[in-house]
Amino acid sequence: MIETKKQEQTTTHKIGIYLWIWGLLFVLSFFSYMVDWFQFQGLLRWTLIVTFMLLKAGLIMAFFMHLFWERYALVNVLLWPMTAIACFIFLMVAEFKYTLFTRLFYFVVGG
Amino acid sequence: MSDPKIEGYVFKPGFKGMREDTGSDQTMFKGVHWGKAMMWIFLLSDTFIFSCFLISYMKGRGSTIVEWPNPSEVFALHVGGVAVPLLLIAIMTFVLITSSGTMALAVKYGYEKNRKLCGWLLLATALGGLTFVGMQAFEWSKLIHEGVRPWENPFGAKQFGSFFFMITGFHGTHVSIGVIFLFIYSYKTFKGHYDERKRGWFTSLKGDYVEIEILGLYWHFVDLVWVFIFAFFYLW
Repeated sequence: MIETKKQEQTTTHKIGIYLWIWGLLFVLSFFSYMVDWFQFQGLLRWTLIVTFMLLKAGLIMAFFMHLFWERYALVNVLLWPMTAIACFIFLMVAEFKYTLFTRLFYFVVGG
Repeated sequence: MSDPKIEGYVFKPGFKGMREDTGSDQTMFKGVHWGKAMMWIFLLSDTFIFSCFLISYMKGRGSTIVEWPNPSEVFALHVGGVAVPLLLIAIMTFVLITSSGTMALAVKYGYEKNRKLCGWLLLATALGGLTFVGMQAFEWSKLIHEGVRPWENPFGAKQFGSFFFMITGFHGTHVSIGVIFLFIYSYKTFKGHYDERKRGWFTSLKGDYVEIEILGLYWHFVDLVWVFIFAFFYLW
């Protein structure tokens, strides 16, 4: 009996916070669509896309997936492995630049 | 919430709580439903899979010397003879965010034991997911009709098709699986399985509204992946 009673004590959050996040996600999605609509190019385009993307991802993870209220043990287990992905991206950027360089180089010089 | 298995354990927030949670020669994530912890671990591994797809796409797109197809033209939809860039993709994004919002509310009302509202919200989420998959099927058939194949396409670099079908296909599979589970869970909610603590079909564990949260984590993850696909594949 005590066990079931203990498990029922789960706190929920006010509906306002969910509606706010929901609205923000809509607005941010609209903004990122506008980036394409107005055909921003170059560095401005990439910065805006990545900014809106990270904001949306952060909002979803923090509030919809409750990570903002979650215990640090879980948050740390989840977020630290992301540095491995960051390293992988870094490596592969170096890799594609090298591949592109060799391709262009041998197109000019010849095999 | 305290774990009935560990006597005298009281959860503390912050790094102090983390120290006691990880370094006390006991179960980690004390008090967390095992299904929830395992769902997070699964989502972490899934993150790595999707990251590998997107990174290989980056590598492929970055290293080709042929011009990459312009996504805002390839995915344009003609409305009354005018090409609207990325229209379908934008609608898909909004549909998925809407379903993510209803899912978040379903988790909230589930924990508040509001059975009917929770069930309706789950059903709405499932229908949103179904709409998304339907629009993706439409998009795929449109592109296949236009001659896009994993090995060639009429717009530019040949790798485009293979990355497109692989990434969106894998994401669409996730959405489809989520939709199936959403329908099952909304049925179970309406039937009151979580109120009666009825055992599931393949498990001896008693039903609990935490299962809605676990499903919610999966569904928000699917939305999360779409945020990255939308940014890197369609907008870049």
